[in-house]
Amino acid sequence: MRTLLEVSGVSVTFDGFRAINNLSIDIAEPELRAVIGPNGAGKTTFMDIVTGKTKPDSGKVLWGEMSTDLLRLSESAIAKVGIGRKFQKPTVFEDQSVRDNLALALRNKRGPFAVLFWKPGMADVTRIHELADEIGLSDRLDHRAGDLSHGQKQWLEIGMLLAQDPRLLLVDEPAAGMTPSEREHTTDLLKRAARTRAVMVIEHDMEFIRRLECRVTVLHEGSVLAEGSLDHVTKNQQVIDVYLGR
Amino acid sequence: MTDILTGSPLPKTPTRRPFWRDNPSVVWFLSLLALFTLIVTLLSEGMGQGLISTSLVKILGMTLCLCLIAVAMDVVWGYTGILSLGHYAFFGLGGYAIGMWLMYARTEIVIRDALAADAIPPTEAELAEAVAAQIFGVVGSSELPVIWTFAGSLPFQLAMVVLVPGLLALVFGWLAFRSRVTGVYLSILTQAMTLALSLYLFQNDTGLRGNNGLSGLQNIPGFLHVPQSVISVWFFWGSALVLGLGYVLFAWVVSGKFGSVIRAIRDNEARVRFLGYNVEAYKLFVFTLTAVVSGIAGALYYPQAGIINPAEVAPIASIYLAVWVAIGGRGRLYGAVIGAALVSLLSSWLTGGGAPSIDLGFYTIVWTDWWLVVLGLGFVAVTLFFPKGIGGIFDHLGRKQP
Repeated sequence: MRTLLEVSGVSVTFDGFRAINNLSIDIAEPELRAVIGPNGAGKTTFMDIVTGKTKPDSGKVLWGEMSTDLLRLSESAIAKVGIGRKFQKPTVFEDQSVRDNLALALRNKRGPFAVLFWKPGMADVTRIHELADEIGLSDRLDHRAGDLSHGQKQWLEIGMLLAQDPRLLLVDEPAAGMTPSEREHTTDLLKRAARTRAVMVIEHDMEFIRRLECRVTVLHEGSVLAEGSLDHVTKNQQVIDVYLGR
Repeated sequence: MTDILTGSPLPKTPTRRPFWRDNPSVVWFLSLLALFTLIVTLLSEGMGQGLISTSLVKILGMTLCLCLIAVAMDVVWGYTGILSLGHYAFFGLGGYAIGMWLMYARTEIVIRDALAADAIPPTEAELAEAVAAQIFGVVGSSELPVIWTFAGSLPFQLAMVVLVPGLLALVFGWLAFRSRVTGVYLSILTQAMTLALSLYLFQNDTGLRGNNGLSGLQNIPGFLHVPQSVISVWFFWGSALVLGLGYVLFAWVVSGKFGSVIRAIRDNEARVRFLGYNVEAYKLFVFTLTAVVSGIAGALYYPQAGIINPAEVAPIASIYLAVWVAIGGRGRLYGAVIGAALVSLLSSWLTGGGAPSIDLGFYTIVWTDWWLVVLGLGFVAVTLFFPKGIGGIFDHLGRKQP
């Protein structure tokens, strides 16, 4: 187990509001990590910084064995080194079929010319069917993604994330809009993914996090308030004050 | 739900359906185009019954070229979501590139014939001087501008038809997309590009004859003895062939995974970036490819029109192009063809004096004045009642049962 992603001393300010304040956090490979915190604690901004959507004012974000500086890479280059992201609001391509959505995410060459001449091989088709099975959309492969229910869109996006085969999965509120049994399935899936990869989950639902049985990082006002097992952090008086005791 | 590790029934072998099966509209389109070409040929003055006049054959041939640029516009706007209001500039550049050769080569032949009667045959230098004086006398110059150096070479000018629009699109697109200019700002930028080009061409000293433009393009060097009634059919065939090829090319581009990526860019480009695709590279590819095809369409259009001048690349032309595609239906290639053919033919009928004026007693509707009103109302009506355009009506016919 060694560090895969290392974020150190990162700060970012939006119009005078300090969204992230000297934040340092790292994750190993493989590892499952939950990130919790009240609204405005900077959870989503943190993911924006790692995926290249937002450039911080200061600090470092280093990746992998070569300590690649992610701040110098574009969003697409960051995705290509192996960081996949699932958004809070499910964002799938509604006008396209479930199959096309998964095919877009499959780990293949991404250049315009390679894509222009791409034909799905046996391995690609098998993989799409495996993923569709996993996310329970086998019988909906040729349906428009826009016709799926909210929960199914969540699943499709998780499927797209797995299709990318990333080393680090950033998952923003995966269980929102899911039934209890679907939540259970999501927990299983994330735990299984975390056997070989780094998985970072943002979630509000305490029951969900308890089932993940992993290390928890509590964010507050843009920096780390506490870190440790769920039981450890929930006993922390500061955490109770800012978050749990509300 | 089955577990990924416990295994699930193996999927069927991927059945690779042929391109034609997945795109029935392409087969329909090519069949109709071939049928139309056959009918026009059989009824033309030059090769058949003579029911269709030479000028109408030219208008129909030009319409096919407009359909091609509309298809290109649909790929860039309807599929990729880039509302370019500058693609007509590429069309005009293609026309200028081929026009230079047409004008130069024909002038050279005419002058050579005229001087052949002299006792002393002219030297090459004298000939070139006479050609330059003939072409540029109108803008008060007798020197051949540098850009005309190879105007006598057909292969060179044909290469320019592709290279000039392609390189302009590549450089412009690279600068614009790299800075992440999107939406209405990009549209304004492309309008500025076509306006700048038009204003530049209007100047007399740019070497392209200012507002006179290039003329006499209907006379094809080497075929000056062939009557226009026959040449018009040749160009009609050429336009139909290139439209067919262009249609198949774009249908292929938008049908596979590439089409999936560009539609995804249209709907949510940030999300596509997070999947690891370089969105700018895709936009640049589409922008440049469509610019090249627009240039080719222009190179076929202007020999049929006979004249090209800077007013052709005025900003309004590119806006019309967007209107055609919107009326025909974005995101479906045949929609662009329908829109371009319908609107441009209606326009030439109503503004060309073909349509009779309507006397209401108290007011006479003269169509040349009212055409823009009709177009505007049509645009509003399509937007309100057929948001998917006229082509959207065909969607129900072609939809596969799931």
